[in-house]
Parts: sequence; C-alpha cells; structure tokens
Amino acid sequence: MFYRESGFYKTTYQADMALFPLPTGKVAVASFAILFFLICPLVLSEYYLSIINIAAIAVVGALGLNILLGYTGQISIGHAAFMSVGAYTAANLAVHFQMPFWITLPAGGLMAAAIGAIVGMPSLRVKGLYLAIATLAAQFIIEWVLNHTPAISGGVQASIEMPRPVIFGKTLATQAELYFFILPITALAIVATMNLVRSRIGRAFIAIRDQDIAAEIIGINVYRYKLLAFAISSFYAGVTGVMYTYYFGIANYEAFQLPISIDYLAMCIIGGLGSILGSIFGAVFVTLLPIAIRVFMETVGVYFVDGVYLAQVIAQMRLILFGGLIIFFLVVEPEGLNKLWQNIRNYFRVWPFSY
Amino acid sequence: MEFEWQFFIELITNGLLTGLMYSLVAVGFVLIYKSTDAINFAQGEFCMIAAIFIASFIYLYGFPLWVSILTVLVLMVVFNWGLERVVLRPMIGRPVVSIIMATIGLALIFRGLGPLLFGAETRPIELPIPNEPIIWGPLFMTPIDLLGAVISILFLAGFGWFFLKSRIGVAMRAVADSHQVSMAMGINVERYFAFAWVLAGVVALLGGLVWGNAIGVDTQLAQLGLKVFPVVILGGLDSIIGVVVGGLIVGIVEALAAGYLDPFVGGGTKDFTPYVLMILALMIRPYGIFGKPIIERI
Repeated sequence: MFYRESGFYKTTYQADMALFPLPTGKVAVASFAILFFLICPLVLSEYYLSIINIAAIAVVGALGLNILLGYTGQISIGHAAFMSVGAYTAANLAVHFQMPFWITLPAGGLMAAAIGAIVGMPSLRVKGLYLAIATLAAQFIIEWVLNHTPAISGGVQASIEMPRPVIFGKTLATQAELYFFILPITALAIVATMNLVRSRIGRAFIAIRDQDIAAEIIGINVYRYKLLAFAISSFYAGVTGVMYTYYFGIANYEAFQLPISIDYLAMCIIGGLGSILGSIFGAVFVTLLPIAIRVFMETVGVYFVDGVYLAQVIAQMRLILFGGLIIFFLVVEPEGLNKLWQNIRNYFRVWPFSY
Repeated sequence: MEFEWQFFIELITNGLLTGLMYSLVAVGFVLIYKSTDAINFAQGEFCMIAAIFIASFIYLYGFPLWVSILTVLVLMVVFNWGLERVVLRPMIGRPVVSIIMATIGLALIFRGLGPLLFGAETRPIELPIPNEPIIWGPLFMTPIDLLGAVISILFLAGFGWFFLKSRIGVAMRAVADSHQVSMAMGINVERYFAFAWVLAGVVALLGGLVWGNAIGVDTQLAQLGLKVFPVVILGGLDSIIGVVVGGLIVGIVEALAAGYLDPFVGGGTKDFTPYVLMILALMIRPYGIFGKPIIERI
C-alpha cells in the first residue's frame, strides 16, 4: 500500500498529465464511488444524507469560485448573486414552462454565465481591490434587481415555489432520492473541473494568475480568458443555485446574499486556493462547521447559556469561529486544508523510510 | 408634478451632511491604504464595535460618556496595534485577495463578538446636544447631522495637514510610496504600519460615535462599511480631499435617489445607486477623481 509509487515511471507528458497518474488513484476513486453511491444511502439515515446533500451542493459552488479565485487569480465577492440568477432562471422555467430539470439545470447555469461574463467586464481594466469592489457592487445590484422585478422574482416576498425534480416519471422528494439527484451532478462537476484545469484553458488561467502581463506576452488573450473564467465560474454558481432551489423547493434571493458569497470565499481559502481537493475539503468543512457548533452548544453550551439565547449565541459563535479560521489559515497555512492533507500523504508516501 | 425647490434643497443639504459623515468613516480606509497598501474591508465593523463598546459601557456598567469613550479609545489603540503585529504583518507582500479575506475574517469576528459580549439589542449613544431640528430659512437640519459634519470637516482638515506637513505624515506617505526606499532612508516602516492601523481605529471610534448617535447602536452599524467603497472609489483611493468629494457625491446621490426614485420603484435605491455610480466610475476612471493612476511593471 505504501510503496505505491515504486516501479511506475512516466515517460511521456501524457502520462504525467493523466487523471490517474498512479493505479492507486483508480482504486481510491472507485472505492469512494462505491462508498458514496452504494454504502452511504443504504447505511445512513435521512439526517446524515441531508448533510451530505448540502455539502455536495456547496462543493459545486466552491469548485466554481476556485476556478476564478484559485486558478485565474480574479477575486469575486458576488458569487452568491450568480447563484440567485441561476436559481430564478430555473424556477421561472420550471414553473411557467414546465421544463424538466435537465433543461433548467444547464439553462440556469448558462444564464448565470452570461451575467457573470458581463460582471467580469471590469476585470478588463481593473484588478485586485477594484475588481473585488466591482463584484461586490454586482452582488448588490443583482440582488436589488431581483427583489424589485416581480416579473422575475414572482412577486410575493420575491420567492417562487419550485416543483420537485422528476426523473423517468418519478418525483424526487425524500433526502435519499434527492441524494441520487445531487451526487451525480457534483461528481460530474468535479470531473469536469479536473479536466478543465489540465487543458489548454486551465493552463492559460494559471498563467494569467501567476503574471498576467507575461501571459499576454506569450500569446494568451488575457481578456478573453478572464471573461471565460468569469463565465465558467458563474456557470458553476448558477448550477449550484439551481440545485439549492430544487433541494429546498423554493427560489428566494435572501438565500443568496452577501454572507453566502463570503462563505464561499471562505471555503476556497480554508480548503486551499487552486486545488480541486481543497474546494471539496473547504465546502465540506464550512458546511459541517455550523452543525458541529450547534451540536457542541446543545450538549455542552446549555450549561453556560440560557436556552432562550442559544440560537443567537450559536449564530454569533459561528461568525467568530468562521472569521478566526479564515485569519488563522491565511496567516498560518495559506494553502489550506489541502496542504495539510498533502503533508500527511507525503509523510506516508515513503513511510517507514522517511529519509 | 412641478419641481419643488424646497424639497430639492432639503435633499441636497441632508445629502451633503450625511456625505461628510460618510467621509469620516471612509478616511480610515484611505489612511490604511495610503500607508500600508492594505485594503480594510472591516472599517464599518471597526466603527460598529467601537460604538457597541461605548454604548454598552454606558448602559450596562453606568460609565459616564467621556470615561467610556476614553476606555474604548485605549482598547482600540491596543487592539489595532496588536492586530497589525499578529495578523497584518505576516500578510505583507501577499496577494490582495489574502489581505481582503483577512479583513473580512476580522469583520466576521467583530459581528459575532459585539452581540455575544453585550447582547444584540439596539442602544442609543446620547451626546450632550439638543434633539430639536434646526430650521434656518429653507434649510432643515438635525443637530447630530450638523455636529457630525463639523467633526468630519475638522478631522479631515486635520488629516490633510497631518499628511502634508507633519513629520509622521510625510514618513507615512514615503512608506506608502515604497517600503524599500523608506527603509533605506532610515524610516522605521513597521512602526508606521502599526501607527496607520492605530489611527484608523481612532477614526473608527469617531465614526462610530457620530453614526451611533444618529442611527442607534447595533450590528446594523456595520453596514456603513459598505458605503465606504463607493466613496473611496469615486474620490480616489489615496487622497484625503478625494474622500471628502467622494463622500459628498455619494451623500447627494443617495438623498436624491431616495427623494425622487424611491416613489417609482418601491424603495431601496438609497443603497444601490452609489454602487451604480461607482461601476460607471470604474469603467471610466478607475483610480478616482483625485487618485493617482497606477502604472504597472513586470
């Protein structure tokens, strides 16, 4: 098991760029697939499946933001706004035109991608701080437009009720059924991202991140690729929004406000910028954190806090821990959870002869 | 509908006064950016936490106003000094994204910490000024707006003088220009970094005091931070006079939007028109009215 790299030599670039450079990778992926698609739904209860569902949806959004932030180096504080674009697009299509999910899902993504490309346009001229603020503005403007346009947002409290997704005439309503709706999409998103970042486009993104002027000099059309990065990232966000809408059964802009954008930024930072595994780690971690805090406070915290204030204190604890973790990771381990995992892996890679 | 001058003038005066109060918050942001190149997304939260501490000291522990102001002043100075030392200093030279995220993390901590320590209810800060509005010809002003505007003008003028003339201010400008050259000239760069953050904390306290009196103290006060960005982008990120002009523009635009647009589109334009204006500014003149253009080299 631990001598897994011995005896495998790469002689071509193709071998080096392969999705599974080592046979162990295939085994690992196959076992994870079996674990999540067969064992989990059989063993786990509805509650735990719902946690996996929410985490899996967050993974898609985190992947999208990481493509923009980690691979292309363009910051966006408006990620949640693109989710709301996807969500409302899908909700309108599903409610008014009775579209099935396999149309609304890509349609929501494409709509978000179009809006994302428009929002990304300032990146042609500005970067860093200015881009951060421009995307922050986009967050507010999209939110306001959705809230004040009844034609899009349905009128009553700017929310639209979403029908449950239907596959082969079967309506998916329970957590276990939604699990089989969400998980394949997440798996698809992961594979698509892995392929994207090792392609020509992905390499161009990385070149722009590392030094955009140099990238332009070696012949990369910086503007086009920046817009492409915004579009792809927003596509993921749009799909995430549609998944949330199907999952919760309602499209509402309040579920996609600024704090959610910050949650996703935190996922990328905590998980690790410019890493797919990092996005997954980050999304799972950020999803589990409030649940862990709630469990902790309900078992231990009740001795210190009055029951009336418990919900409030949990929300405040979450903010504090969240902010603290972001700062902690930025100062102590800028490469995030992914780096910690790499360290563990590298230790065992040559174990027990670590010299 | 015929044009009503009375209404228009009222909107403009209120806009101007509010705008000056925005400048007071935004100047903390500019101060930090000017001297350390760091972007502080937590300026609104600094104001909020200062105001929450002051109000809580008064209402929970019965401190007199000036004692609690002084206590919080000391707390802010110590905290910001430590903050620079522990969090911001390791971030020097890291990408912009990292610094932005670090200050967002800080903002989240403040938002949680304030209510956790002192409870989430809204408290007033009562400054010793009258409450009756001042009516002066066609003008109609509340004393707190006026006081806020006066404090803003005094401090902005003070900062202008400070950066242009005083020894520390000149050193801070030098540090902002180039860390290495300032070091070579014998300026203790790290000390001025810490100083900038401490100064921003003091400004935040003032902002929190004025705004806390105007709209009451709770976590909503942190929304002020979001007003800072249009102000600094319009005015220019590294210019004190730009902050004043940017603040005035944002104040007036907000007031006019609230007065003339809200009846047609159903409210909320106040929060969103400054951002539209800012987007336009970013398209046309990203470095702002008074900012200096950035020239980039490899």
